[in-house]
Amino acid sequence: MIRFLTHRVGFGAGVLLVLSAFVFFLFFVAPGDPARMIAGDKATESQLAQIRKNLGVDRPIVVQYGVFMQKALSGDLGFSYRNQQPVAPIILRRIPVTLSLVLGGAVLWLSIGVPIGIMSARHVGSLRDRLGQAFILVGLSFPTFVLGMMSLYLLYFMPKQAGFTLFPAGGYKALASNPALWAWHLALPWTTLAMTMAAIYARLTRGQMLDVMGEDYIRTARAKGLTERRVVWKHGMRAALTPLVTQLGADIALLLGGVIVIEQVYGLQGVGALAVQAVANQDRPIIIGVVLLGGLFIVIANIVVDLLYVLLDPRVR
Amino acid sequence: MVPTSASLFRRQTGSDLAILEAKGLTVGIPTEDGTVHAVRNVSFSIKPGSLFGIAGESGSGKSVLTQAVMGLLPNADIGGEVWFEGRNLIGLSQEEMRRLRGGRIGMIFQDPLSSLHPFYTIGAQIAEVLHAHETISPAEARARVVDMLGKVGIPAPAERFDDYPHQFSGGMRQRVMIAMALILKPALVIADEPTTALDVTVQAQIVALLDTMRRDFGTTVILITHDLGLLSSVADDVMVMYAGHRLEYGRAEDVFRAPAHPYTAGLLRSTPASYRPGTELAPIGGRPPSLLATPAGCVFAPRCTEALPRCSSEPPPLRRYSDGVEALCWLEEGASTVRPTAKTATIAVKAAPPEPVAEIDDVCLTYQVGSFFGPKRALNVLKGVNLTVGRGETIGLVGESGCGKSTLARIVAGLVPATSGRVRVLGRDMGALDARQWREMRREVQLVFQDPFGSLNPRRRVGAIIGDPFRLHGLAKGDERREKVRHLMERVGLNPEHYNRFPAEFSGGQRQRIGIARALALNPALIICDEPVSALDVSIQAQVLNLLRELQRDLGLTYLFISHDLSVVRHVCDRIAVMQGGRIVEMETAERLFADPQHDYTRTLLSASKTLPAFAEAGRRSLVETRVAS
Repeated sequence: MIRFLTHRVGFGAGVLLVLSAFVFFLFFVAPGDPARMIAGDKATESQLAQIRKNLGVDRPIVVQYGVFMQKALSGDLGFSYRNQQPVAPIILRRIPVTLSLVLGGAVLWLSIGVPIGIMSARHVGSLRDRLGQAFILVGLSFPTFVLGMMSLYLLYFMPKQAGFTLFPAGGYKALASNPALWAWHLALPWTTLAMTMAAIYARLTRGQMLDVMGEDYIRTARAKGLTERRVVWKHGMRAALTPLVTQLGADIALLLGGVIVIEQVYGLQGVGALAVQAVANQDRPIIIGVVLLGGLFIVIANIVVDLLYVLLDPRVR
Repeated sequence: MVPTSASLFRRQTGSDLAILEAKGLTVGIPTEDGTVHAVRNVSFSIKPGSLFGIAGESGSGKSVLTQAVMGLLPNADIGGEVWFEGRNLIGLSQEEMRRLRGGRIGMIFQDPLSSLHPFYTIGAQIAEVLHAHETISPAEARARVVDMLGKVGIPAPAERFDDYPHQFSGGMRQRVMIAMALILKPALVIADEPTTALDVTVQAQIVALLDTMRRDFGTTVILITHDLGLLSSVADDVMVMYAGHRLEYGRAEDVFRAPAHPYTAGLLRSTPASYRPGTELAPIGGRPPSLLATPAGCVFAPRCTEALPRCSSEPPPLRRYSDGVEALCWLEEGASTVRPTAKTATIAVKAAPPEPVAEIDDVCLTYQVGSFFGPKRALNVLKGVNLTVGRGETIGLVGESGCGKSTLARIVAGLVPATSGRVRVLGRDMGALDARQWREMRREVQLVFQDPFGSLNPRRRVGAIIGDPFRLHGLAKGDERREKVRHLMERVGLNPEHYNRFPAEFSGGQRQRIGIARALALNPALIICDEPVSALDVSIQAQVLNLLRELQRDLGLTYLFISHDLSVVRHVCDRIAVMQGGRIVEMETAERLFADPQHDYTRTLLSASKTLPAFAEAGRRSLVETRVAS
């Protein structure tokens, strides 16, 4: 167990190291001069040289990378080119927004997608299955921004026209200050995120349940005289859970790295929005920070999923 | 549904002693291709406390019948009546059926590993039966489960309560299933192929346990199996099913001693145990009919050797004989109970030791295994095996699962390297081959696998599968290859016109022929058959065994034949090696091994495998009643 953990953590650290090197060198070969961006068009050549020296970008790239990694290990990811603020706090400030969006959304998409998938699988070929399949198709087909725009139009704009505010158009209120306000502001982003993701999970659940419900131990459960509800939820879902958990871990990690479209549509100042701004501004330290954060989430999620897998399946213990 | 006075009357006047009585039971399963008529007009009645056997090959409808009765086939169209404890089960509400299942009627299935939920402890799974039918505290449930586990012979039941199914052996798992089925002392237990997935020595224990339990608990048992030897030794009454029809029905003793229906007689004739070793088996020709169509006459007529002209045009009448045996057949006197006769004399024992094809010299194999949390440890699968296979010989390798017989086969085929020791095929050391030589050796050693469904790629055409060896070794192309493949297909009894079909379009026996044709393609020095007939029905199994023998005679093939079935091994093999725990414990000619086993383990194996009673002389019974089909 301990050996497994140290092994996985070591491997994760290796992944992050490779990732950081890759991103660092990628931006080095990319066109664009940070000094020019900071100083503006009117800066003289000597001013630019001074800025380059201050930034350290006049040194050989390997040295730059070495310096970067040395600082990064102590939590210092450098300064934003844009506003000279340290990168780490800028990113950290954004995390609660994205975390709220993703975790809340996950609860919603699971509670929509999983039951729809189970319903479909239990009544294959019936009208209920077709409705489930239609939901999956619609959810997967609609681009997120269209779903976002539609929700805004139907649930914000139209009520507003009628003279009341059903849901706000966007913005973020901290959970700690007012949980109700927090949820109210996030309701539309959650729904939008959940629509697409619920479709994916409904499809996954349907497939898993179709497999599982054909297993011999399901027949045994019925032969024991269990109620159908118990057969499906206790025996069926328990077996279908493992792949769902694996997928959930990967999805949450991926989304925590930035839910770009939804944050843009609803004006949420999360990690995704930060990434968009950073790319638009050629703000390399921020981009590198966001990429590393995404990588960190994925590495952590993988370790957590592997541990959960062991907890869920007694056969691999 | 409340029974009507008319049906109650019928039940009482019929056989009021029956615990379960089916009348005109019909099960149709709607599929995309049409309705599969899995069970047609089947009637039977089971005496309390008896063991009722249902025999039949795959597709005969024996499992569908019981599952339909139990309400486990929600999509099936079920007709007829099934009376149990004063109620007609057909038409009961789902909730009423649920209460019967597990409570009044227990079920035991074929594969105890897949039938137990892998993620719950066995104790929790058994306790669930109690919680589903009674209001009971967890502690009380636990006590009762532990008590029951002890009764079915699980050692240290209190500790094993919290173990998961994968921590038990196959036989122990089936004991768990039996405990689960019997914990509420149901009036009836349906055991569907309960021993098929188990080793032969364990099979005997499980059957004995079932027998003891039914006597102790007064439970009636329905035993569904394809194993006629098993039924003949334990069943009181039997019903023989074929393609959804009940062809024969009567006391087990009478049916097996002198089958009245040609199908039952054919089944018994197909069983290698009924023959002297080395003789040609007399299998039932052809294969079972499609269940989609309704035949005009007798469903067995196309395969029947005694069929009369009217058999294929008119539905057969029900004949009842003086000993109570009933047969659905046009023959008035019943099937001819001719003993299987030897078509060819047993092959003479080879005088001079033949030139060796494969020499296995002190082969050991060790795996490193370890649990997720625990340390690694070494698992010795083979502990020094010595064996020589001579040209033209058939060597049998028997033993229970985990004894290392399949591992040994893979080492001989060069698919797995041995940890130590040496394997030489045609004088060349399999461990010292380079990549090119290894490919060369692939021509000389070929394998035929057990599962004819899993071992053929479902997306490739049969012609391509059989032609692969020619392609991979660059030996034949285009028309030449096609010609060779067609020739091979003909050789193994497949229609060469089916060249372009996919494996799914063939039956199990035909698929095994495809596998044999592929193995034959390059004229190998050694063919390793790993349980080649275990997945096949007895009539099909006999056809494939005959084919293997015939090919050996004509082509001078050498076989290494792996099987858990002693009667099969005895029938086809010259010499038999008995394996136990990674060692060969006894090696003898087939005749001598059976006549005079030396090792204790060989004796255990022999005594555990059931043999069929001998055929009796014909003419013991007379026809007493004929009921023409309506």
